[in-house]
Parts: sequence; C-alpha cells; structure tokens
Amino acid sequence: MTKYIIKRLLLMIPTLLGVAVLIFFLMRVVPGDIVELRFSGETSGVSKETLAIERARLGLDKPLWHQFVTYMTGLARFDLGTSMWTGAPIHEEIKLRFALTLQVAIMSTIIAVLLAIPLGVLAALKQDTWVDYSVRIFSIAGLATPSFWLGILFILVLLVFFKWLPPMVYTPFWVNPWQNMLQLIWPALAVGYRYSAVATRMTRSAMLEVLREDYIRTARAKGLWQKLILTRHALKNAMLPVLTVIALEFAFLMGGLVVTEQVFNLNGLGLLFVESVAHRDYTLTQALVLLVAASFIVVNFLVDLAYAWIDPRIRFR
Amino acid sequence: MADALLDVRHLSTRFTTREGVVRAVDDVSWDVKEGETVALVGESGCGKSVSALSIMRLVAQPAGQIVGGQAVFKGRDLLTLDEEAMRRVRGREIAMIFQEPMTSLNPVLSIGRQLTEGLEIHLGKTPQQARGRAAELLGMVGIPDPERRLPQYPHQFSGGMRQRMMIAMALSCEPSLILADEPTTALDVTIQAQILELMKDLSRRLGVAMLMITHNLGVVARYADRVNVMYAGRIIEQGTARELYGNPRHPYTLGLLRSVPRLDEPRRSRLAPIDGQPPDLTRLPAGCAFLPRCAFRVDRCSVERPPLVPVAHTGPEPHVSACWEAERVIARQETR
Repeated sequence: MTKYIIKRLLLMIPTLLGVAVLIFFLMRVVPGDIVELRFSGETSGVSKETLAIERARLGLDKPLWHQFVTYMTGLARFDLGTSMWTGAPIHEEIKLRFALTLQVAIMSTIIAVLLAIPLGVLAALKQDTWVDYSVRIFSIAGLATPSFWLGILFILVLLVFFKWLPPMVYTPFWVNPWQNMLQLIWPALAVGYRYSAVATRMTRSAMLEVLREDYIRTARAKGLWQKLILTRHALKNAMLPVLTVIALEFAFLMGGLVVTEQVFNLNGLGLLFVESVAHRDYTLTQALVLLVAASFIVVNFLVDLAYAWIDPRIRFR
Repeated sequence: MADALLDVRHLSTRFTTREGVVRAVDDVSWDVKEGETVALVGESGCGKSVSALSIMRLVAQPAGQIVGGQAVFKGRDLLTLDEEAMRRVRGREIAMIFQEPMTSLNPVLSIGRQLTEGLEIHLGKTPQQARGRAAELLGMVGIPDPERRLPQYPHQFSGGMRQRMMIAMALSCEPSLILADEPTTALDVTIQAQILELMKDLSRRLGVAMLMITHNLGVVARYADRVNVMYAGRIIEQGTARELYGNPRHPYTLGLLRSVPRLDEPRRSRLAPIDGQPPDLTRLPAGCAFLPRCAFRVDRCSVERPPLVPVAHTGPEPHVSACWEAERVIARQETR
C-alpha cells in the first residue's frame, strides 16, 4: 500500500509537467498580449517604443524557447514568478483566494453530503411513494437552479425580510471565524444545494441497486435490524459511485465558481482565473491552471484511496 | 401433524407484474418434523424458492404478496407475526442458505464480521465471544486455519468455501430449521457432493431439520426423508423419498426421474426429457397445469384440476398425487 501511494505521488509529477507545457503553449496561441491589452484603454496612441519597452520588461521579447526554459526552471524551483499584470508574486496573489475557494468548496461538500446521503437513502427505501417523489422533485429543482441565481435569491431575501446583508469583505477563518462564516455560508448553501442534487440522485440509484442484491436478502434472512442492514450492509456498497460524483464536483468547485463568486462579491479563484485570462497574464494563468490540475489529481488520488478502504476487492500494487 | 416443527397450510403467494398476476405459490401445504430433511423439488420457476422466502417473509415487496395460508412454526403462525417478532425468528430459529454463494455474501464485509453479527444480535455475545465462536464454526464446516480466515473477505474464498461459510452462518445461532435454497446448484459437481455431505452430517449431528430446495433428484434420493414435488406453483406429488422413487404416481415426477441419468440401470441410448415448457403462471388453465406436456392425458384433465389424493396400493407412509390417471402412471413405470 505504501509503495502504491508513493508511486501515485510520483506519477503526479509527469502529469503536472504535461499540464504545464500544454498551458504554456496554449496561452501563447491566444491572440493579443498583455502589453497591448494594458495600453488599449489609453486614448492617446501609445508608441511602438513604449510597447517594446514594456514587452522587454516582462521578458516577452525573448524567443519562445527562452521564455519556456525560464518558466520551466522556475517551476523546478517551485517559483511561479510574478503576475505580469500586478507585478506581485503569484503565491501572494493566489494565497488568500485559494483559502477562500477551498473553504467554500469544503463547506458546500459538507452541506451536500449531509443533505444527499439521508435524502438519497430515504428516497430509495420509500421508492415510488410521496417521500421518494418529494426528494426527487427537490433534487431535480436543485439541478435546474443555477447556483448564482439561488445566491441572488438568498441576498434578496436576507435584505428584504431581514434587513441584513452578509459581510462584503472577506475575513479569513483564522482571523474571525464568525465573520468568515457569516459571509461564506451563503455561497456554500447556494452551491451545496445544486451539488447535493447530483449526489442525492446518485445515492438513490446506487441504494436502489444495492438493496436488490442477494447479500441484502442474506442480511435480512439473518434477522438483522433494518438500521444495521442499511448502514453496514447497504450503504457501504452504495458509497462507491456516490464518492466519485462528490469528488468530481469538489474538484470542479476549485476554480469553477465564477458567477457565484461575482454574486457574493467573493474574490476567489474563479474570478482571478477569468481576469488572468482576459489580461493574457501568462504567468498567473499558468499557475492557476497548474493549481486546478493539481486539485483534480489530489482529489482523484484521495478517492482511489477511499475506494480501497471501502472495497476490499480493490487492492493496489 | 401435531409433531410438525413447521406446518405450512394452504400457502399462496402472488406477484403483480406488468403481464398480470403470477400465482407463484398456489395453495401449497407441506410440513417438516423435528430433525427431518424434507425436499421441495421442481423446475426453475415452479415456486420452490418463493415458498421458502414466503415462510421467512422475505418475498420482494411490494410486487410479491402472501395472499393466504399459514406457516405454523412451533405453534406460532409466522405469517401473522409482527415484523420485530419475525426478525427474531430469522437466523435465530429458522436460518436460510442461498443458491449463489458468489452474490449472497456481502463483498465489503469480512467473513468474521458476517459470521459474528448474528451471534451478537441474537445470542447477545460480546465481540470477543462471537469471534471465538465464529472460528469454531468455520472449523466445523471444514475451513482450515479459521483464525487466519476470519479477517478475509468473500472474494478471497472459493465458491465451495463460500458455501461452507454460508452453512456456518446458518448454523451459527443453532436454529431448529434450515431452509436450503438450491445450496449446491452454483457449485462444481465434486464440490456439490462435499457440501451436501457436510450439510447432512451437520444436520444429523446437531439435530437440525432441513428443507432442501432443489431440482436435482439425485440430491433428493440421497438426502431427503420426504419429498414434495412442485409444478406451476402447486404440489403435485408428496411422499417418502423411497416411495416417490420406487413408485412415482404423477406423470411429472415420472418424467423427472426419467430425465436423470442413472448409474444403477442399464444404459439406455438416450434420456427421456419432458417435452415443452412449464406454463405461464399468469394464465393457468382451468384443468391440470401439466396437461400440455403429459403423455397420460385424458379428456377430464382439461376440464377439472385434479386434487391431491392418497394413492392406492402403497406402503404405510402417506403418499398423495394430483393426477386423474395416477393408476396408469404406475403401470407405465412397471412395464418399462
């Protein structure tokens, strides 16, 4: 097992390297560069010389291979460089936003799991009754409702009925947990609802399948309590597909919440991502893509470990 | 039948499907006495397994419904017990062994866990006691090195070993009756014999009564004291194993016997299969269900369903058959 974990961790290096190379060239294929964009707002024309000086300052005048080598040697030293747009070190740019996005993602996941598993199990147990239909309507509605729209509703309701608005300025959890939660619980709820809808449907169908298995009949024939049959015998088997869905959704939340972040005025990774691409901020975009790719890889790895832990038939070598 | 351990009377179970109502078990009566092995024989889909599942009240709801009858076990009708009382009967007093050892064990729970949970729940054993007992049980069903096997999972066991494990599980709470639903069908022939011998040996030693559900008449001959032959949801012949073999009184039983190769008789050129298919249980005819496949049929068979009646010229044990032409069935057998 330890050997497997080490192997998987080492395999992350070539994967991330591939992502780094790909994004480096993809960004350069996109027309326009940061210098043109920066001066495009100037009303009086900007001279060619100014543009050239700016390009030279950012190292964009160097041949492509030179830029590539600089980028790669930087990566090798875990140095992501500075943002071309703001000039600030990239890890400084990302640090707080990453914390915010990660926190919203974790909170949404907790909300989704707490909703989805009991609801999904209940719907499966009461298949084709009003309970099942209610759960299904609730989850279909969740799938059909965009998170940002639900977010807008939250804000309106809070404002109109409670004359209260969540804090607008981000406070890190470690500075003031209460302020932090007051702000982030709303986006987490808005995102968590949609997220839970996907997971509820998966839990329901996985449970329905498992409940028809022979070993559930065996468990019932042994005279076990219904609760024990559900938790020990059924849920453990039904968790595998649910876990996959949850993990994929979680990975998506790392950088995919552009509009919801706008609605709640959150300065998260999603917003930063869009801005960095719009600015052709090569260094920042590259770093963000790597970060999102790393999140996906880490989450997938954790899921694989969880699979092995749940299902003894899966053993890694 | 005062001394019957389990007395099933007029049991009927139906399934509501899109094609109509399936009378899977239709007015079936049989009984099992203390310590005895009784067989329930018939083709796939004749209602054998559903009978057993009905007694355990494990028929898939809501499609399957027990619509009538009684199953009196130690003086209590199982079909009217409340769910909690029934739960205490399952596994504790009546245990079940299923056909598919591959799918009937939970793949994500260890052998030890699956063996001990019944002991903990029904007998109130502590985890340590239950573990010790589980190891004993595994040893008893012939699994070597039980201590090392307990933490393993079903996929690390072969088919035969899994069925041994199922038997250990069924025996764990010392029930007085085991319902074995085709316990050996999914196994290799050599393993089948081992498992059956094991079951016979253990049931004799522990005095457990057994209902053996099978389509294999060879199994019946060797292991059962009494036999019930089912066809299309009904019992069509009932008697001691000896009687049924030597003196079958229903064309279907006769057909079953003839379609099994026998080593103790001169080799015939070919086996005699029963032609045709079992009837559609949603559209049973008014007369005898076996009629279209029967070589003895007369006009009366299509009009009136033959009742189960005692057969003439038999030994002291009761022997009943549901055939208008039961007398001629013997004749055929004797002239062969």
